[in-house]
Amino acid sequence: MNIRGKFFRALAVSAVTGASLLTIGSSSGAASSGTLAMGAPVKIGISLSLSGDFSADGLAYQQGYQLWAADVNKHGGLMGHKVVLDIVSDASSPTQVVTNYQKLISTDHVNLVFGPYSSLLTLPAAKAVSRYGYAMIEGAGGAPSVFQAGLKNVFDVTLPVANDLQPFAKWIASLSASKRPTTAAYVTSNDPFTQPQLPVAQKIMEKAGIKTVYNKVFAAEQTDFTPIADAVASAKPQVVVLGAVDVPTVSSFMQAFEQSGYNPKVFIATAGPDQGSSFLKAVGAKNANGIMVPNSWYGGSANPMSKVMVAEYIAKYGGTPSGVNADIAEAYAVGQTVAAAVNATKGFNNAAIIKYLHSGVVVQTVQGATSFNSLGQNLNMTAYTFQWQGKKFVQINPASDANSVKALFPKPAWGK
Amino acid sequence: MNATALIDAAKDGILTGSVYALMATGLTLIFGVMDIINVAQGILVILGAYLSYALSVHLGIDLFLGLLITIPSLFVVGVVIERAFIGRLKGPEKTAMSILVTYAVSLLIEGALNIIFTVNDVQLHASYVNKSFLIGGIHFSFIYVAGFVMAVILLSALYFMLYRTRFGVSVRASLADQTSAALVGIDVRRVSTICFGIGVAVTAAGGMVYGATNAFNASTSYDLISRLLTIIVLGGMGSLGGAMIAGVSMVFIGDMVGVLWSPVWSTMAYFVVLIIVLLLRPQGLFGKPIARVA
Repeated sequence: MNIRGKFFRALAVSAVTGASLLTIGSSSGAASSGTLAMGAPVKIGISLSLSGDFSADGLAYQQGYQLWAADVNKHGGLMGHKVVLDIVSDASSPTQVVTNYQKLISTDHVNLVFGPYSSLLTLPAAKAVSRYGYAMIEGAGGAPSVFQAGLKNVFDVTLPVANDLQPFAKWIASLSASKRPTTAAYVTSNDPFTQPQLPVAQKIMEKAGIKTVYNKVFAAEQTDFTPIADAVASAKPQVVVLGAVDVPTVSSFMQAFEQSGYNPKVFIATAGPDQGSSFLKAVGAKNANGIMVPNSWYGGSANPMSKVMVAEYIAKYGGTPSGVNADIAEAYAVGQTVAAAVNATKGFNNAAIIKYLHSGVVVQTVQGATSFNSLGQNLNMTAYTFQWQGKKFVQINPASDANSVKALFPKPAWGK
Repeated sequence: MNATALIDAAKDGILTGSVYALMATGLTLIFGVMDIINVAQGILVILGAYLSYALSVHLGIDLFLGLLITIPSLFVVGVVIERAFIGRLKGPEKTAMSILVTYAVSLLIEGALNIIFTVNDVQLHASYVNKSFLIGGIHFSFIYVAGFVMAVILLSALYFMLYRTRFGVSVRASLADQTSAALVGIDVRRVSTICFGIGVAVTAAGGMVYGATNAFNASTSYDLISRLLTIIVLGGMGSLGGAMIAGVSMVFIGDMVGVLWSPVWSTMAYFVVLIIVLLLRPQGLFGKPIARVA
């Protein structure tokens, strides 16, 4: 290349770099100014898993966000600005989610962002978003790894997942010696959402004298669960604690257990059974009977805001309260938290929103009281255990809670 | 770890692996005859599963009886895809272009399935799906045994068609050299269209068994196609017997590693074997070492 060619090439590179910096600068400026022209809509950027492994959850999150946006717009919008959701699909990919948020902020110039689905995607997304100074308020990034990253812009409106199984394990441990199971199996995906939950339960249950007869981790990419389920079945544990992230995993274990003639006294999965009608459709209502799942919300919640949201959801999509996916409430709560911060700071300044949410303020959402510690964890919420009893999804513990009903124990035979 | 767990893993590997082989058969047949890498095969398996689901839920048709409808339906789908897209691919870049074209077909079908059935997971149900029978103290799942039997029957039928019929001679002649086959009067285009149709039709059976043993949605196709491609690479692209052996090997190796060592290494173990085989035999276990003439 001659000198003239090199000069033009250097000029072109400088121009592209400069333009990129200007784009980032201008978008950061828009984010930090926090003001919008009269009548201009407030744009909220969201990356969701509308295809791929988390697509069922991604769809539920989309419905939850849209339900919230429709409610807000019905009441005049956010600070008088109509809410417009800019939703793009990340196909459940931890790399695509980063590209999506970068594009939403630097090209689409969204004013705010809401979180994606799953801890696996929330961590890289939050890191990308933090570089632009945006707040990442989310409902599905409760894994310890998300908070250990030391990010100041992450706020998870849902209970941190690490302690989700505590009430369940304590309930098992509290059973009288004659009723208490004596053996347990712990089998989990190595997904960051689910794997940290099992050792907490195992520790409590082992302390109560419940012997561990199977304890294995499988890869998140695993698709054929029959041999693992058969290995669990041949160990014949009375309690099975399954670390799952989706319905197909739970469904495969249930089917393999039934086919091998094995029925545990207690079967709890960390996710899957909380997906309402989707779970019932996949496994069949009769087989779901007695299956448990930990979570912090369910369709039958007595929270008045939750009741309104559930009624609105059913009016729009049909079904029953038991069929409402917990993801809907998580997404809706994200919107409510952001709305509270925007109203309190009187604008869309992300730095002010981050500062406000770190102030210890308590925001009421459909999931209950929400406030954040320095890591962005919501420690206000309580973990519950839910169980399918017939076609009803009910809360069974903590037993001290007025809304808890008696657990179906031991689990009925498959199909009964 | 006890002996029962080990026997269970071996049994699961053989039975489940045969279902994967059934799904991979169409892929290897299409490549063998047409030099087409059909990456839409995964979504076509799921389409087969959804067709069985629709017939079962809306018309109450039994899953196995439904195959009498879904297999011909998918044959027609295959013929339409071949006529509309694949048959138009010409020239030396045909194989590479086929990946792009069939990926586009895959996205179209995925989008349509998401609109019709939503992204929520579903599973095929019938009274026998969760049932099993005991032989020597080992539980055998009805649906997996049925899948294994179907795989053996369909693969045998395909083998018979290829090696014992006049059409099979045309197929093998096209497989060996399309230009020479055309010169001796074989309608290579027609053979290709029918082979593509057959390759897609067999996915209906694989899809039904898969849908009865796994909850699925349209996105499940991505996991499936990656597995199916590795099966035909290990077995040798174009080899029917290779697909059967590789399908069973893939699940068997994973299952044994899962029981003897840890499930976390199951998937990786198969890929280690695949890499070793490809280092020693780049054409796969039963693939032909010499490149075909288009």
